[in-house]
Amino acid sequence: MSRLFRGIACASLIATATASSAAFAQKKYDAGASDTRIKLGQTMPYSGPASAYGAIGKAEAAYFKMINDQGGVNGRKIEFISLDDAYSPPRTVEQTRKLVEQEQVLATFQNLGTPTNTAIHKYMNAKKVPQLFVATGASKWGDPKRFPWTIGFQPSYQIEARIYATYILKTVPNAKIAVLYQNDDYGKDYLEGFKQGLGAKSGMIVAEVSYEVTDPTVDSQIVTLKSSGADVFFNITTPKFAAQAIRKAYDIGWKPLHFLNNVSSSVGAVITPAGPEKAVGLVTALYGKDPTDPQFAKDPGMQKWRDFMAKYMPGADVNDFNHVYGYSAAQLMVQVLKNCGDDLTRANLMKQAASLKDVQLDTLLPGVRINTGAMDYFLIEQLQLARFDGKRWVLFGDVIGHE
Amino acid sequence: MSGKAPEAESAGAGTAVRAGLRLWAALGLLLVLALLCALPFLVSSYRTFQFTMALVYAIVLLGLNILTGYNGQISLGHGAFFAVGAYVAAVLMDRFGVPYWATIPASGLVCLVFGYLFGLPALRLQGHYLALATFALAVAMPQLLKYKAIEEWTGGVQGIVILKPDPPAGLPFNQDQWLYLLTLAIAVIMFALAWNLVHSRVGRALMAIRDHPVAAEAMGVNSAWYKSAAFGISALYTGVGGALGAIVVQFVAPDSFTAGLSINFLVGVVIGGLASISGAIWGALFIQFVPNIADQISKAAPWAIYGIFLIAFAYAMPTGVAGFLRLLWRRIARRG
Repeated sequence: MSRLFRGIACASLIATATASSAAFAQKKYDAGASDTRIKLGQTMPYSGPASAYGAIGKAEAAYFKMINDQGGVNGRKIEFISLDDAYSPPRTVEQTRKLVEQEQVLATFQNLGTPTNTAIHKYMNAKKVPQLFVATGASKWGDPKRFPWTIGFQPSYQIEARIYATYILKTVPNAKIAVLYQNDDYGKDYLEGFKQGLGAKSGMIVAEVSYEVTDPTVDSQIVTLKSSGADVFFNITTPKFAAQAIRKAYDIGWKPLHFLNNVSSSVGAVITPAGPEKAVGLVTALYGKDPTDPQFAKDPGMQKWRDFMAKYMPGADVNDFNHVYGYSAAQLMVQVLKNCGDDLTRANLMKQAASLKDVQLDTLLPGVRINTGAMDYFLIEQLQLARFDGKRWVLFGDVIGHE
Repeated sequence: MSGKAPEAESAGAGTAVRAGLRLWAALGLLLVLALLCALPFLVSSYRTFQFTMALVYAIVLLGLNILTGYNGQISLGHGAFFAVGAYVAAVLMDRFGVPYWATIPASGLVCLVFGYLFGLPALRLQGHYLALATFALAVAMPQLLKYKAIEEWTGGVQGIVILKPDPPAGLPFNQDQWLYLLTLAIAVIMFALAWNLVHSRVGRALMAIRDHPVAAEAMGVNSAWYKSAAFGISALYTGVGGALGAIVVQFVAPDSFTAGLSINFLVGVVIGGLASISGAIWGALFIQFVPNIADQISKAAPWAIYGIFLIAFAYAMPTGVAGFLRLLWRRIARRG
């Protein structure tokens, strides 16, 4: 009897040992991950000229706190270290080295800014640490051949510009187009994408005028563009200048088919200051749900976002799209971590980020799905056109993807 | 001399004590140098990088101290010279394939000329007006760097990414350690040169102009020339620092050189100690590490914490860290 008992005990012991070792074999970790936690790092401009974007980092920290309160990702708590870089590239380098070498994070997530991410682009790829979902619209982040450890998030400026170009070719093939753009990498990225979209028809552009971000107004540029006789206007401007351009064009009686880039599509920050009656008929492209848009008042996804805001960011501005944006990116991050299962190596994290299939997020427009592949590092590649009706953006047509 | 035997005797005793102190000071300096050389092998790569940046700032602060501390000209525009130095190095490496070490003296020379030329019209400005003129330079610099006509070289807002230099073949260092040692070597040379400069005829002339401009002119000091030269030399130091900073950070962009950087430099000089060679080191440590400490204390309001540090330092050490240490040293010496 006792021998039998011992035999059973022995067998069960061996069984447990092999079972647990089998389970152990499946769990793989790189620096920053363990049975209990996943460490993510971030640099964000909490101070300095771009500090308005700090809201994104705060929303993301709050989202991860919510996930941790719900038990974490596959039982692991997310430890999120978000450091201030004041939008200064040397600070970004310093803080990123701190995150990678000292804090030993598994990956960085949503580092904000084009110059700041450029400063650490080579470093992250040399160190083979994932630079995930960078918060910038430049098109250089989708380059898996040269930079396999860096991946973007929002639609690139070029993708958006191509969508306008396709629409123009389809609906007004004989248009004479005027372009106003900000003279920096952002403006040029849009213009480049727009010309690519027009392809052989880029001769349709009859006037092309730029402004400096330091200029007081763009009034004279608008007058110049009007005198070119153009009947389509592509407005590549940041919010302050977008409002000026809309007002000036209306005031001097220029009524082209007016395309406004997504960067300045905020009703609160652009349309209201310009005067909503002057913006009727404007066309833009959207990918996220505007928190001020009444058509999403009962939307289940936005309801989840509102509950989150009420519970985890009480007192924060619920009209600020940055909070929607941060929520979207954090939700995607959690999804990718879930997909990693127990293989939390940097290589697998990158592999999972690059094998998303039809992922939908609470705060993205219905129909916008995220797809990536080993050679496709562009995440959100779909937008939907919308026309301003005097009060709000009215979506029309289908969600347009980029092929 | 022979008629003053008793006096000479007591002076002799004093000299012996002073010689003893000087020996200790020399030994201390050697010890500090040895420690500085050993540092990159004792701490992580990330810390080595931070200390390299501190050395870069020390060179800049030394240059600013020659102008502001020793010559009494306030500059709120040294971030601009720093930017010029960084861009000269980056453009030479990126566009013309110049090796990194050769860009450092080139940056220094360009800044020397630029600083001297800027010093000429600045001669007409005194005190606060000079501060404003230099501040204008600092404010304008990021936008000038984005200027269309030079975009082909500067890369516009995109900036320039620089490759991190490898240590010379055969040396058993990693890249961070090598950059640290290179920066340390250059810093030691620059400090030795600055020490010689301020203890020479030129240094005395600079201080005379600061303290009594009229008296200095009456003594035959060419005030205009010395002031412009001080600007040039100061810019040279800052340019060398800028080149090293660009190589260490591996990236230059207009956003790296905001007006805030220039103010930070002035903060460093004042906190470290005006008209003091060692003050540059203390000031550099302050501007490199205190923002990080502040960030660790409070995420919500790091700059408020930084402000508290600033006030605490200004209140507790009104002559800067170097002045405070000198005071301590004197007390010890008096007792000894």
